[in-house]
Parts: sequence; C-alpha cells; structure tokens
Amino acid sequence: MPKGFACRNTAVAVASLVVASSLIAAGRAQTNQYGTSLDPQNFTQIEQGRYLAVAGDCASCHTVPGSGQPFAGGRPIETPFGVVVGANITPDRETGIGAWSDELFLSALREGKGHGGLLLYPAMPYPYYTKVTERDALAIRAYLNTVTPVHNAVVSNKLPFPFDVREEMTVWNSLYFKSGEFEPDPKKSAEWNRGAYIVEGLGHCGACHTPKSTLGGDDNTHALQGYALQGWFAPNITNDSERGLGGWSIADIVSYLKTGHNPATASTGIMAEEITLSSSQMTDADLTAIATYLKSLPGQTGAAPAPASAPEAVAAGGAIYADECSACHGPDGKGVPYLFPSLAGSPNVRSADPASLVRVLLEGARSVATTGEPTGPGMPSFAWKLNDDQAAAVLTYIRNSWGSSAPAVDPHQVSQARASMARMGQ
Amino acid sequence: MTIQDFGVTYDDLEPHYDQFEYLCGTSGAAGNLKGQILEGGNPFEGPRSRPYPNPPQAQPFSHTLFAKAARELGYKPFPQPSGNMSQAYVNPLGVRLGPCTYCGFCEWFGCGNYSKASPQTTILPVLVRKSNFSYRTECEVTRINVDGSGKRATGVTFVDTSGEEWEQPADLVILAAFTVFNVQLLLMSGIGKPYDPVANQGVIGRNFTHQTISDAIGFFDKEKFNFNPFIASGSIGMIIDEFNGDNFDHGPLGFVGGGYMGQVQTGGRPIQTTHVPPGTPRWGAKWKSAVRDNYLSTVTPGTGVHGSFYSYRDVYLDLDPLYRDRFGRPLMRMTIDFHDNELKQNAYLTDKFAEIIKAMGANQVVKQTRTGHYDVTDYQTTHLCGGAIMGTDPTTSALNRYLQMWDVPNLFVMGASAFPQNAGYNPTGTVGALAYWSAEAIRTQYLKNPGPLVHA
Repeated sequence: MPKGFACRNTAVAVASLVVASSLIAAGRAQTNQYGTSLDPQNFTQIEQGRYLAVAGDCASCHTVPGSGQPFAGGRPIETPFGVVVGANITPDRETGIGAWSDELFLSALREGKGHGGLLLYPAMPYPYYTKVTERDALAIRAYLNTVTPVHNAVVSNKLPFPFDVREEMTVWNSLYFKSGEFEPDPKKSAEWNRGAYIVEGLGHCGACHTPKSTLGGDDNTHALQGYALQGWFAPNITNDSERGLGGWSIADIVSYLKTGHNPATASTGIMAEEITLSSSQMTDADLTAIATYLKSLPGQTGAAPAPASAPEAVAAGGAIYADECSACHGPDGKGVPYLFPSLAGSPNVRSADPASLVRVLLEGARSVATTGEPTGPGMPSFAWKLNDDQAAAVLTYIRNSWGSSAPAVDPHQVSQARASMARMGQ
Repeated sequence: MTIQDFGVTYDDLEPHYDQFEYLCGTSGAAGNLKGQILEGGNPFEGPRSRPYPNPPQAQPFSHTLFAKAARELGYKPFPQPSGNMSQAYVNPLGVRLGPCTYCGFCEWFGCGNYSKASPQTTILPVLVRKSNFSYRTECEVTRINVDGSGKRATGVTFVDTSGEEWEQPADLVILAAFTVFNVQLLLMSGIGKPYDPVANQGVIGRNFTHQTISDAIGFFDKEKFNFNPFIASGSIGMIIDEFNGDNFDHGPLGFVGGGYMGQVQTGGRPIQTTHVPPGTPRWGAKWKSAVRDNYLSTVTPGTGVHGSFYSYRDVYLDLDPLYRDRFGRPLMRMTIDFHDNELKQNAYLTDKFAEIIKAMGANQVVKQTRTGHYDVTDYQTTHLCGGAIMGTDPTTSALNRYLQMWDVPNLFVMGASAFPQNAGYNPTGTVGALAYWSAEAIRTQYLKNPGPLVHA
C-alpha cells in the first residue's frame, strides 16, 4: 500500500525517523539513598513508571499538544490567578530534570519543593501527588529518565503580581497542604483502596472536581462535588443521585473513562483530553477500582433543587427544543446510547452551575474519539442561531423536563458566556 | 451494442455486497435469504447470506399507497434498500450511526444526525486513528506516473492549493476518483490504449454509459389525500422489480434491459418537490394558488423509473480537443446519445409506472417519458458508468476481474468506471462490493506476489 497517498517524499523519510534514547541514563549511579534500584535496564520499573505517568496525566501539562516533544514543557495552564507554564521534565540536564537527584524529584513531586527549595505552585498537583508511594514515584522517575531529552528552557511563573511571589506558597501550604503518603483503610476492600489511591493521588481528580477556596485551596468538606473552571463546570463525581454519578453503574463509569462514552453521555472539553491521554490507556482493573471508590462517596444529601418558576421560558424552550434539539437528543430527551447524550436524568443538566450547558450550546462540542468508541460525534454551535433569551429558554426547559428540576438559566449568563468565549478567542 | 461480461459472478461478489451493506448499515428487507424467497423483500434479488443489517425505514403515506396499488395490480412491492438508518446502528468497525429523522434534506446535503452512510460516518473515524494512514485535503492528482517501460506505476503527481506540484512515490496506486476522472487520469497519464470508435480498438473511454430515468407525477384530490411530502429521506420508497433485467418477457417488446420503478423520494426539498398541474402559469397568483392546492396532494417520485443504459460503440469518453481545465489539461469529452433500445424501454416502463400511480387514485397523471436526444442539463442521476471497464479480454477491457489494469499491474482502478454497461439498479452497492472484492485480492494475492493476477 502507498504510505500516505499524498505526502512529500522527503517528509515521509524524515517522519519515519524515531530517535531512541533509552540509554540516556546509562552511567548514572545505580542506587539511591532509599535503596531502590534505578537501573536503566530495569524495564519492569520503567514500564510501571510509564503507566503511572499516564495515570497521572503528566503529559497534559508537560507536553505541548502536537509538538512531538513529550514532557518538554511549555504548555500554558490557565488558573484563576493567571498562567502557569508546564515545566520541562525531560532528562535534559540544563533545562529539564536530568541533573536532579532522586530526592529532589521526590521533593518536587510530593512536597512541591523544587531545585534550591523553590516553592512550586499547586497547578503542579503536589497536594495530590504527596499520596503517591515512594516506589511509584521512583518508577515515574525511572521512566522519565528514558524519554528523549529536549533542550527547552521554560519560565513556569507567568503569574501577575502579587501571585508571582513564590514565597507566598509557604502560607498557602500551611493552609491547604497536608504532606503524606496514602494510607489504606484496612476496613475497605483492596479494590476500594486502589481506587482511593488513584483518585486522591496520581489521578488528582479533585484538582478539577473539588470546589476551591478563594485562594485556590480544596474545600474538602465538599470533595469531588463539582467546580467551575476554564469556562466549564467539572461535575459532581460522588455517588449523589441527583447531581452526581448515582444513576451510573460501575460499568457505566468504566466505559466513560475507557472510551469517553457510555449509554448516558459523551465526553468533551477538558475531560475529553484526560480520557485521551490518561484514562483510556488505564487498565480495566484500575478503572473499576476508581469507579468502586467514587460510588462509595455519598456526596451531598438533601432535597432536589427547586424547579424553575419560569413557565414562559419553559414553554418557549420546549418549542425551541422540538425544532433544534430533538432530532439527536430525542423528543424524550434520552438521546442515543453511546452516540448522543441523554439529557433526561443527566447530572450535568441539573447542576447548580449551568456553565457547561451554556458553553456546549453556544460553542457546540466534539466528543472524544477513542479506540473503543471511534465515532467521536459532534454537536454544532448554536451561538449564531439562538439569541440569549432563546438559549436561556431552551436550557431552562431541558433543566426542568423528564424528571429534572433546576434553577432557570438567566439570559445574562448566556451573554456573559458569549463575552467570555470571545475573550478566549473562540 | 457492446455489452459484455464483468468477469465476476454474483456468487463471487455476494460476501462483499454483504460486507459493504454491514459497513453502511443499509436498511432493507431481504427477499431471498439463502435461496428462500421471503415475503416483503425483492423476490428477484440474488440469494443473500444474511438479512440486511437494519430493518427497512418506515414508509410515509404515498409510498405505502404505491405499494398497495402495486400489490393490487399483481406486483410484489418492497422497500427500497437505503443508506439511511432505520434505527441506531454500530457497524463492524465500531462506528456508530443514529436513527434517521426523515428531515427530507438528505440528497445533496450532509446529514447532521449521523444517519446517512458516507465515508465520514462509516470508516474515516477508524482510518484516521491508524498510524500508517495519512491524507491530504484540497489536493488534486494530475497524473499517474509510470516508469520507462510504461508497465509499472511509480506514484502520482499532485497539486496543492498554492499551485505547487508534488510527487508521491508508491509501490501500488489505487485510482478511485469517480468515473470520468478515473478515465481522464488514465488518458492523460498515457496508461492503456485510448478507445477509437472508428477502428473499434482500444479500451480507455470504451463502454461509457449513464442511466435512463423518467417519471410520472400524480395529482390527487386535495380533500381526500394529504401526503405530507416533506417527510422524506435520501432513498425512501416502495419499488417493484418486475420490469428489470430479465425479470420479464421481452418477446414482443423490441428492446432489452429494464429497470425498477416506484414511489421513491430522494428528498423533500420544498421548492424542487413542488409540482403544479399542466396548464398552470409558471408565476403569479394562479401559480401560487396551484402550489397551495397541490403541494400536499401530489405524488412526486424523485426517481420514478430507473432504467438500464446499455453500452454502444458510439458512446464513449475521450480527451476534448478544445477545452482545457485550470491546469491546461484537456477536459473529458462525453460522446453520448440515447439509442432506440433505451427509449423503447423507457416508454414501456413509464406507461407501466403511470398505471400504478393512476391506480393509487390520482385524478391526473403526467408522464415525463424520456425522449429525444440525451441532454446533459436534464438531471437524471449521478450514475455515470464505464470508460475503464473490467472484463476477461485485454482487447476489450481495461481491467481484469480484480480491477487491476491489464497493462500496469500495480495500478488498480475502482469505481463504476469498471461497469461494462449500466444495469437498472443504482451502482453504489456494486461499486462497494467490487472495491472489497479487489481489496481482498490485493491483500491475499497481490501483496504476496506482486504482478498480474490474471494471465490472459
């Protein structure tokens, strides 16, 4: 078969060159103070580290998408305080972490203290990674030693004053950082403990899904109950029946994490990237453990939110829904399993903060395509088609149909979302 | 007439028809399952190894009424197989399609509901994930390159949007550029012997065919009939196959061939499907009034009679001596007209069709029988066929039975350009089946031993 029916001859030749660099760590000290082998030929440990780096989704922040330079840093990460840029964690000795001792690596990963005692910002999720066992952390190090070193000096701190003053993190850490490895609960199953270890540690699920204080620290009294960031609402992933995963089986959660799709929904936005880079490549056993743990979290309790008292908006929204939405999502709101998300019974639809709903309606969405579910269906943008009142009305209708009840969406929220999208260059 | 054999049999292709239907999620009713004739399907079809992957689409009122009238006249109507999904479907590659909503804008428009089988809804999502697959959009291949012997393709030359020319070397070239462009590329690349109708020699451009299409519009009593003609999909309809191929006795009729016919709607586009009775002014208040009175009560088959177009010595493709494209290359020239056989066939079939429309209860039936000279401005399907045909003899065909060029064994040419003549059916199913058939031969025979797969 012709390789690439239409590509330039020389380009093909260049693209096929893959530089192997597994010997980069050769000659380095073979043991460390922990007595753990960092043998560059210990492929079992390296492979474990590769898997754990995937589970930790390190590439998301440390690799610029499409750059072809894994872990070379340079990807800007949007935070409520400004932009932090992912560091170069390739073994380059000058601009990466090649010259770092294992102690320094462990300190950075698990304590947020980098070279020369430099305090890291918690965009690097060390408050979660602190729970990673030393053995696992060193496996990640062993793996990172094998990736291609890239000379790429990254200035991580692009925060505006006063947040650019790193010393402030001492105070932050005293408020929000609790150092210490994960401690298994002997009363729970091994599967539950494995799930808790991933969710609370490497998986750093709470980084998006746990509400934050004004200083960006986790509000752990509401852990994993949902948080708005980067124009999305990361939903409640506790077992809450109204707004969380209560309606999903363990198999539904595993399917979602593995393929981005399940009978109820399809993944898009930030989570779609997580699925592509991380959870779609994790073992079914680990995904089942994650699901088992999440299903054990009660979430918030209490009555369902009051329905919207906006009969006119609901009536108008129903007519708009029939015209614009029902062809895919169905007159009954149930969609098509694995293809078009069900709006009926959807925790996202009912969530207190309608940010994701507004955004998907205005921008449209492309669901993630994975090996398990390669279709990757998309939804068109309605920003040009519905004005603020119409968009708010149809969302209010969706939030108050098929057994759901949630506050009305204010047209002002739609207009703010449009402005925010314009700012983000949508 | 220069009709000739394909060089393959139905039994050769049946597994590949099946593969293609399951890829596409074709909706339909089997009429012949492993030799057993089934009620509700096409009793004339070849034996299929398993049913269609999806049941037929639901049929709107006028289509149902057509089937009833046809049944009462003694025919065996069946739902036209359709690439529109009658239900949610996941194909063997794991790609999902959604149920059709009968919006009526299927033909000539993309489907926003993932309900129509097309490359991007059936196979591209899987191909683009493969590490050994790449593609270039907005590029046009201008030439297939061959080595000094002329017996081996070395790749293709293509032009990008900036006008820059590139060369893509290849061990194997598969040409799949639609009927006329397949032929144009072969002629401009100097591959195969160009067809000469005077000497009746050469193969490239030979046996070019189209389709013989006609219609009959039925105007019904608006007080009694409301057909809601906006409910439509890309190939929804009820059809009969009694007048196709050799399904009927041609003895006294004076022609060969035939076609299927039916109330088939390829769309419900509001302007194009608006017909008014003969004698209505073409604009103004009376026209508007006639549209209002007739829109809901008119039966407007998108393709009423879908007839064969056989091949002739004087119907062919060659390079235009005058007109050039944007690259300065000669355009394809079609030399084509209807022959008596096709016109007689169409007159007979259109009469039969009009009888059924009349039997539905129409007050007035307007026959649009195909007459006179071929007219390229009168749309009658996209089913251009032939010009680089498959066969068993290198002097009368460009390709062997595996779609491999007789003259250049590492070049395969796919598409309806391979059809020696056009039957009374739509080409797509056979194009897909032949592509799978050819791909299997490439995989299982050619790659192991590159060279001619047939020695003639």
